[in-house]
Amino acid sequence: MATARKKARSAASASRESAVEPETLDRWFRDMLLLRRFEEKASQLYGMGLIGGFCHLYIGQEAVVTGVQHALEPGDSVITGYRCHAHMLIAGVPPREVMAELTGRAAGASQGKGGSMHLFAPERGFYGGHGIVGAQVPLGVGLGFAHKYRDSDQVSVTYFGDGAANQGQVFEAFNMAALWQLPVLFVIENNQYAMGTSVERSAAVHELHERGRAFGIPGGRVDGMDVAAVFRATEDALADCRAGKGPFLLEAMTYRYRGHSMSDPAKYRSREEVSKVREERDPIEQARQVLIEGGHADEDALKEIDREIRATVNDAADFAREAPEPEAEALGAHVLAGA
Amino acid sequence: MVQQTVREALRDAMAEEMRADPDVFLMGEEVAEYQGAYKVSQGLLDEFGAGRVIDTPITEAGFAGIGVGAAMGGLKPIVEFMTFNFAMQAMDHLINSAAKTLYMSGGLLPVPVVFRGPNGAAARVAAQHSQCYASWFAHVPGWRVIAPYSAADAKGLLKAAIRDPNPVVFLENELLYGQSFEVPEDGDHLVPIGKAAVVRPGSDATVAAFSIMVGKALEAADALAADGIEVEVVDLRSLRPLDGDAVLASVEKTNRLVTVEEGWPVAGIGAELAALVMERGFDQLDAPVVRVTGADVPMPYAAALEAVSLPSAATIADAVRRVCYRS
Ligand SMILES: Cc1ncc(C[n+]2csc(CCOP(=O)(O)OP(=O)(O)O)c2C)c(N)n1
Ligand SMILES: [Mg+2]
Repeated sequence: MATARKKARSAASASRESAVEPETLDRWFRDMLLLRRFEEKASQLYGMGLIGGFCHLYIGQEAVVTGVQHALEPGDSVITGYRCHAHMLIAGVPPREVMAELTGRAAGASQGKGGSMHLFAPERGFYGGHGIVGAQVPLGVGLGFAHKYRDSDQVSVTYFGDGAANQGQVFEAFNMAALWQLPVLFVIENNQYAMGTSVERSAAVHELHERGRAFGIPGGRVDGMDVAAVFRATEDALADCRAGKGPFLLEAMTYRYRGHSMSDPAKYRSREEVSKVREERDPIEQARQVLIEGGHADEDALKEIDREIRATVNDAADFAREAPEPEAEALGAHVLAGA
Repeated sequence: MVQQTVREALRDAMAEEMRADPDVFLMGEEVAEYQGAYKVSQGLLDEFGAGRVIDTPITEAGFAGIGVGAAMGGLKPIVEFMTFNFAMQAMDHLINSAAKTLYMSGGLLPVPVVFRGPNGAAARVAAQHSQCYASWFAHVPGWRVIAPYSAADAKGLLKAAIRDPNPVVFLENELLYGQSFEVPEDGDHLVPIGKAAVVRPGSDATVAAFSIMVGKALEAADALAADGIEVEVVDLRSLRPLDGDAVLASVEKTNRLVTVEEGWPVAGIGAELAALVMERGFDQLDAPVVRVTGADVPMPYAAALEAVSLPSAATIADAVRRVCYRS
């Protein structure tokens, strides 16, 4: 256990130096850029009244799901909270289906019934998309239970926020995950805030990766703005989970640039705080620099990638605006299975 | 009288009671520095300080339990749930710790706590954030359940709830927070718990509703008046105790009853009212009771589906026409 923790830490610090294959970094760069452009477009559609209710953007946190996802194997399962657009996209769900769910259309991933917070793609290993803070953590442990029950070597990746980390059910789930040595990688996306409450104002001890200790769950912290570091820390942790060593708790230090949801003016932090992170730690900018400085791509090539991605996202938005709303008859469908 | 939003009336009720009684305090997620997720506690941190307006981590089971414990210790906590959807996390403390303790202690240990926050459907937030829990809470003995419509009732009933020696579940509605009503200026404006109010008199049919549905019932009544149907709208205000006498008195006059709620039909408030008039007003009825309820499905996100999931002035008016045999 101690080795796993050490590995996670050293992976984080060593990532900058050890080279990533250029093709791999290019892939990560594209993925992160897609997540960002998608969210920017969602923000626009929200502003136009095409998306309703709550809409939680992932902008700033792209390196976390990207780094984790590329370390996964087919058959692994993923679950998270309501900030889930990126988790859908990175699982490979076409942007059209995700955007059309955000606009509440019949062509959306949940046929318009779930909306922004309740996205699912179980056939791709993504189990949602959950609106109740912390509730996904026992669910993720249950997915891990199913993997072990079936004697598979798949892992359940269970994401939650720094705020969710304070829910009691998280600790109940930790205990059982450790007690039964379940293959669960807990990933805390620590973006420093739960709505308007900072970690300092909500957690008695700020090292959230230490929280598994009472249950014997090893943990580590990783720079969640560095996609390569996230990838390596995840690979190491997953190797232990797959080897039957039980759960691991990875805390990815990240930041959300936008308000908690579209309706949050974010008065609890300064503009300077946000712009400092954007300027100094932006995950996409960091990847861009590595690509350019390593001579793997030039500005023009990267601009071309951006153009392609913008076209994909625009297409998704057009589709999501034009796709029809569900018919009233759909109201009673899917209340029960087999009906 | 002053014009006030429901939001302001709730804030004033808490502020007045906190000024009057140092044992009253407010706790919940984002209630202090953020001034409330829906800005209901605006200004309270400034006036009362961090010792009495307390931000909690996201731990509903934890802080609801702490609120109940503080009430057992003699304080008068107001526990805010950001919405009642999240109170599901705390259901054990609400029911097993708050509602049952006085009884189990043979009257020794009262639990004077108020649980408040928005309940019912909000706009386009889908099933996990859009549900009316009124009938769930009304089912439980050992506490009071309140669901006001107007700002004046919100204020007078919240003050009464804070002073009440029992646990109180106080169901607000997010979509009503911004609506303005006349509110008495009296700093001691109290509304008795357990009393309904006739908010529009009429002779042809009774519509019994609570919370935001009172507004829809009034809209329906306006529309029906144009057709010559005079509806009496009864605002239940409290759901436990439910003011059966007021409903029966109205039915005695109109001989017809339509119930309205956002919640699901099965075992709902409408079912309870139908049983009530069956048991105590059967001979008064000229038509079977009709229930208007939310659709029996989890709340869908899509705008078109959401719209047909909830009672509207039109569906209420249809129900009234049915009990009047005018459809
Ligand atoms: C049980 C519950 N309580 C409260 C809420 C309201 N709420 C939604 S998100 C949120 C903050 C969560 O913060 P964090 O876990 O840090 O995740 P982040 O939003 O930063 O991704 C709150 C309080 C909720 N959805 N569920
Ligand atoms: Mg957070």
